[in-house]
Amino acid sequence: MNSVIYLLLRRLRWPLITLIVVYAISITGFVLIPGMDDKGQPWQMGFFHAFYFVSFMGSTIGFGEIPYAFTDAQRYWAMLTIYVTVIAWLYGIGTMLAILQDQAFSRMRARQRFRNAVKAIQEPFYLICGYGVTGSLLVNKLASRGIQAVVVDINQQRIDDLLTDTLPMAVPALCADACEPDILTDAGLLKQHCIGVVALTNSDEVNLAVAIASKLLATRTPVISRAESQAINDNLASFGTEHIVNPFESFAEYLAMAIHSPYKHLVYDWLVNPRHRPAKIGAHQVQGTWVICGYGRMGQALHRYLGAHQVDMVVIDEDPAKFGMMDDMVLGLGTEAVTLQEARIAQAVGVVAGTASDANNLSILMTARMLNPELITVARQNQRYNERVFQAACPDYVMEPAWIIANKIMLLIKTPLLLDFLRQMGGQSDAWAQQLIERMREVVDDQELDSWSLTIDQQEAPAIMTALTDRQSVPLGVLQVDPRQRLDALKAFPLMIKRSNGLVLLPTTDTLLQEGDVILFCGRYRASALMQWTAGNYNVLRYVRDGFDGASGYVWRWLSKSYRERRKMSHEIK
Amino acid sequence: MNREKVVFAFFIVLALTLNFGFVLGEIHNANHHNAFELFAAIVVSLIATVLKFGDRTHIGAVLLATSLVADLQLLLAAGVWAYADYVSLDGLTENVVASVVSLSAGALLANLTSVILLMVETVMIRR
Repeated sequence: MNSVIYLLLRRLRWPLITLIVVYAISITGFVLIPGMDDKGQPWQMGFFHAFYFVSFMGSTIGFGEIPYAFTDAQRYWAMLTIYVTVIAWLYGIGTMLAILQDQAFSRMRARQRFRNAVKAIQEPFYLICGYGVTGSLLVNKLASRGIQAVVVDINQQRIDDLLTDTLPMAVPALCADACEPDILTDAGLLKQHCIGVVALTNSDEVNLAVAIASKLLATRTPVISRAESQAINDNLASFGTEHIVNPFESFAEYLAMAIHSPYKHLVYDWLVNPRHRPAKIGAHQVQGTWVICGYGRMGQALHRYLGAHQVDMVVIDEDPAKFGMMDDMVLGLGTEAVTLQEARIAQAVGVVAGTASDANNLSILMTARMLNPELITVARQNQRYNERVFQAACPDYVMEPAWIIANKIMLLIKTPLLLDFLRQMGGQSDAWAQQLIERMREVVDDQELDSWSLTIDQQEAPAIMTALTDRQSVPLGVLQVDPRQRLDALKAFPLMIKRSNGLVLLPTTDTLLQEGDVILFCGRYRASALMQWTAGNYNVLRYVRDGFDGASGYVWRWLSKSYRERRKMSHEIK
Repeated sequence: MNREKVVFAFFIVLALTLNFGFVLGEIHNANHHNAFELFAAIVVSLIATVLKFGDRTHIGAVLLATSLVADLQLLLAAGVWAYADYVSLDGLTENVVASVVSLSAGALLANLTSVILLMVETVMIRR
């Protein structure tokens, strides 16, 4: 039995016992008190009639004196017991209503409902702790891809938001402290369907607690955690948290890439962000001095990443304690023209407005642009509700931690191969990336560039496996052809093949497939469904590869085989 | 001393003794079986059941089950008796008395099980 019913029964013990005792006394009284029948003869009420009378008397229905009119003694007893039974009923019903309205009880019921909802999930799901801006973005993205999520947040307001958000699927949510391992267990941490835990709460400590509990309780479940401080970052890494996402580090890395290799940055951006940047941006002049306003966590991360690529920087910060931490530092906020001029904004190529205040960041942006209209502008957006103002200010890059983390986590969730690909890209030249961007643009134009992976195995590509075990050769090109009309190409192309003996970047169409290959594709999401058709249906595969529909049934296959043999024999006779 | 245990054991044992008292006698002789005793047995058995509500232990769950069985049997017996007395045209025949008594004898077994479980629990605690 579940705990909600236990609690209800436990609290109802006394009301129920009171009711039983009151009824027992009333009934006994009626049975003992002598009565009189309609002919004036002495008559004793039986238990049957007594129970009947007390039942409708207690519930104040009152059918009258049954079966015979009462004597005065009976009326006297009825008068007493009617009040006692009514009070007993009110006590019972009142207690019941009080329990139903009780906060603790409704919390318990919510938890019970949540537990049952999680138990009913029969597909892979992610356990997401924290439904703030990042969490809601991530859950939205997951749901739109048909991936189930389970949400735990400590704030009831956010859980209510989740219930009113129009998601394409039902997402179980609970208002509770994710630090408690019991809550994580209720949220399905130990279930085999749980394919990952994502800790996205505002507090690094909570994320740490979630990560460590998940690592200890469900050793094999990957954990993705957000961390804003370096200490927590190292702590998370120390016990094997699979992925740690630091918004400041991620953005600094992203921006540094944009400066030193703009096309590689574009490839990354197209693969990671659904709303990618136009391709022409790669041609911008970005080499030169950068002015960084605000030397907090973001400023420091930027300084480190840009410094690694020998980019000249001038840092502006109002905190004198930080002054002199590096050679080129100006004391001030950056919102006034004087400070920016002191930082030689006129000669700079870009400005980063990276303070913790949105108003200051916008002010820096406007002032800097007035002093040097050619500047590349980067703004940090701290609050989500300022989105409209930041759009109006149209900086070249907006650093919004929520988006960055959500995109990065989606990247990890979509396919781990993408991460391998991006790592491989690091070793390539920017010209290589420029060619790649051209290909991507041909395929998707301004629409979302999606990426997915296909494994050549019995489950994902049974048709290709059949062909391979038949010792037929299957080139990679078959997967790039529209299975409905082989002369049309699908709007997708392979980025990489992962084989037992290594990775093949941008494989050509005549690459022969092998069992166990994992292929990373990019393109329109619709193409992936068509591709699965070729991979899964042997007849379609043969049409795509050979150009005609082969015999599919046993009879026809036998007929065509014997026909071929006869033709061969007649050839030999000639 | 745990007062809850005292109260519960009291009701469990009382349910058994009342039940036994009712069953005792010739099975078909209505004079040997008192309606008051059956009524008391039902009331005490119901209270014993309610007392077990909300006990999460395994033995608590089994005790709840046996009490529920006793309640069911006793209520059935009372129902049969009332039906024969007031609804049926034949009245309280020997057959009916026999079935009322045998139904409550079933409840007696259930109550006995409850008491045995109670004793087992008590013996296991050793304090």
